[in-house]
Amino acid sequence: MSGNGSSEPIIICENVNKWYGNFHALKDVSLRVKRGEVVVICGPSGSGKSTFIRTINRLEEHQEGRIIVDGIEMTNDIRNIDAIRREVGMVFQQFNLFPHLTVLQNITLAPIWVRKKTRKEAEAKAFELLERVGIREQAYKYPGQLSGGQQQRVAIARALAMEPRIMLFDEPTSALDPEMVKEVLDVMKTLARSGMTMLCVTHEMGFAREVADRIVFMDQGQIVEEGTPDQFFTNPRNERTKLFLSQIL
Amino acid sequence: MATEVSRPTSRRAPRQQIGLIEWLRKNLFSTWYNVIITVVLLYVIVQTVTSFVSWMVTAPGWPAAFTNIKLLLTWTYPVDQLWRPQAAMALVMLLLGLSSGLWGGIVRMVALGAAVISVALGFVAFTFPDLPGQTSLPGWLFMFICAVLLVGGDQLARLVGNKLRWPLIIAWLLAYPAVILILRGGIGLPVVETKLWGGLTLTLILAVSGIVLSFPLGVLLALGRRSSLPVIRTFCVLYIELIRGVPLVTVLFMGALLLPLFLPGGESIDALVRAVIAVTLFSAAYLAENVRGGLQSIPKGQVEAARALGLNVVQTTLLITLPQALRAVVPVLVGQFIALFKDTSLVVIIGLVDLLGAAQNIVGQPEWLGTPGGVWRETFLVIAAIYWVFSFTMSRISKRIEDQIARSRH
Ligand SMILES: Nc1ncnc2c1ncn2[C@@H]1O[C@H](COP(=O)(O)OP(=O)(O)O)[C@@H](O)[C@H]1O
Ligand SMILES: [Mg+2]
Repeated sequence: MSGNGSSEPIIICENVNKWYGNFHALKDVSLRVKRGEVVVICGPSGSGKSTFIRTINRLEEHQEGRIIVDGIEMTNDIRNIDAIRREVGMVFQQFNLFPHLTVLQNITLAPIWVRKKTRKEAEAKAFELLERVGIREQAYKYPGQLSGGQQQRVAIARALAMEPRIMLFDEPTSALDPEMVKEVLDVMKTLARSGMTMLCVTHEMGFAREVADRIVFMDQGQIVEEGTPDQFFTNPRNERTKLFLSQIL
Repeated sequence: MATEVSRPTSRRAPRQQIGLIEWLRKNLFSTWYNVIITVVLLYVIVQTVTSFVSWMVTAPGWPAAFTNIKLLLTWTYPVDQLWRPQAAMALVMLLLGLSSGLWGGIVRMVALGAAVISVALGFVAFTFPDLPGQTSLPGWLFMFICAVLLVGGDQLARLVGNKLRWPLIIAWLLAYPAVILILRGGIGLPVVETKLWGGLTLTLILAVSGIVLSFPLGVLLALGRRSSLPVIRTFCVLYIELIRGVPLVTVLFMGALLLPLFLPGGESIDALVRAVIAVTLFSAAYLAENVRGGLQSIPKGQVEAARALGLNVVQTTLLITLPQALRAVVPVLVGQFIALFKDTSLVVIIGLVDLLGAAQNIVGQPEWLGTPGGVWRETFLVIAAIYWVFSFTMSRISKRIEDQIARSRH
């Protein structure tokens, strides 16, 4: 597997708690992710998977516990948050491409405005990434003119353009028609093998088996079980995991 | 530039070719009662059109508008200074022509339309009387020059190309103060007090000022209403709801009568400036609500994606939410601008003489007392046509922008 590099964890979550009003959405969630590690998070709907990975780039604020990303502690200090966001790319279930910008503009926007690259540099990088995700010829189209699978690949390229060290995926294939799932998973697999640290919420168990170093199972705001794909699929210990696996496999 | 690759071509399904007779039979004469309706309506339409046309041809009052064209266009602006409105207009025409060559599309349509109208008016203007003491170009010559500036600007910009982009944008930004400076005078030029201004010039200045100034103010109010700071939010809500609760006339009166009381030295504020302030404040409140509607229609995921990419709040607003919100409300905004353009005619109430005011004045001139039926029909038709040309242009622009946006969605 690809768990190489320094053994110091790049993401450290310690006893993270989050409430929505009175609703306890994350309960003492702790997770350490090593550099280059690919972690798949699964679990039933409403178990807090999205909430959890969104705390890592502060799309959701946690109330208790610590989150440290690449040595930067997540505090309310906007500079820390910005520093972490520069390290972390995110891909959403609904793609969230900017519909008023072309594919190329979608990808170059943040490098130009946040990384202060020149347009030329940013575009060269964008074309390289579009080549990598296999849709270079769509550069001047608008997102609305692409298929779902193509849009999601653009979204991945857009996140990668910021040269993040960590990529978060929140059910990247759930909104896709079945025939387009593969093209997106293929891109993600290539990315995983290239040594990117990845945290993926997904129910694509084939993907998990093939590239995950670890699978984390969440239920009711807690991490119930974690292990290597082998352990997880062949020998789940927790009853809820077994139930979940019986439903989706 | 390779930026025009792979735009979709026309998405319209090929129209089925059917003969005229076939079409008439299917749509107008399909049943006996459709036949009756068609015949009756046809009769009514033909009657109306023919009697209207024959009235147009024989109406005695047309000279009222045309002999007073100077009053309609500039009201009491000094005759010996008329070259200044002409210079201001020539400047705008030149910029419009250059923009047409550079950006094409809807700008070119507007420029071409303006050129055609200029030429047409040029021929009409042969009949206009020369004014005693006039230092400006004769109307017909000036209109032809406008057409030349439009077409020449277009050709020139095509030759020069993209180098012209930034200079032209800056020129447009400077055009508004430049026009005011030319009309008002000051530096070197004799001052022409704004109380002498009027007619179409005043209408256009009010409308353009209202649109140009209320737009940023409205956007700020809309953003403020969604602000997380309670003080700002409350202020914006109060302002918007207060203004929207009263008619424009009230705001105009407040601007004209109350503003001088509240502001130190308020009496000395120019009446035109007060009207511009009133129109701007009024329009901004409505604009804010429209823009807010657009902002609300942007899915939350857009902001999340922007923040996840590291864009800060200001960048997210300026690059992501605001552009999308404004696109979503283009038709509403243009509709509002058209309304504002026409609503400026209310300034008659506070003593300014705009296009409508000038027309009213002309109709009352003693020399037309002898004209059977008076001249008001003809005169008001002329100014209605003027209002229509501008409103129609704005609505066409809106349509084009909508089409362009729609095209990027499919
Ligand atoms: N903004 C919110 N306000 C209140 N409750 C929320 C909000 N977002 C999520 N929740 C609740 O938190 C729980 C976890 O949601 P989520 O993280 O989206 O689950 P998952 O991604 O595993 O399906 C759900 O019960 C959901 O209803
Ligand atoms: Mg989710």
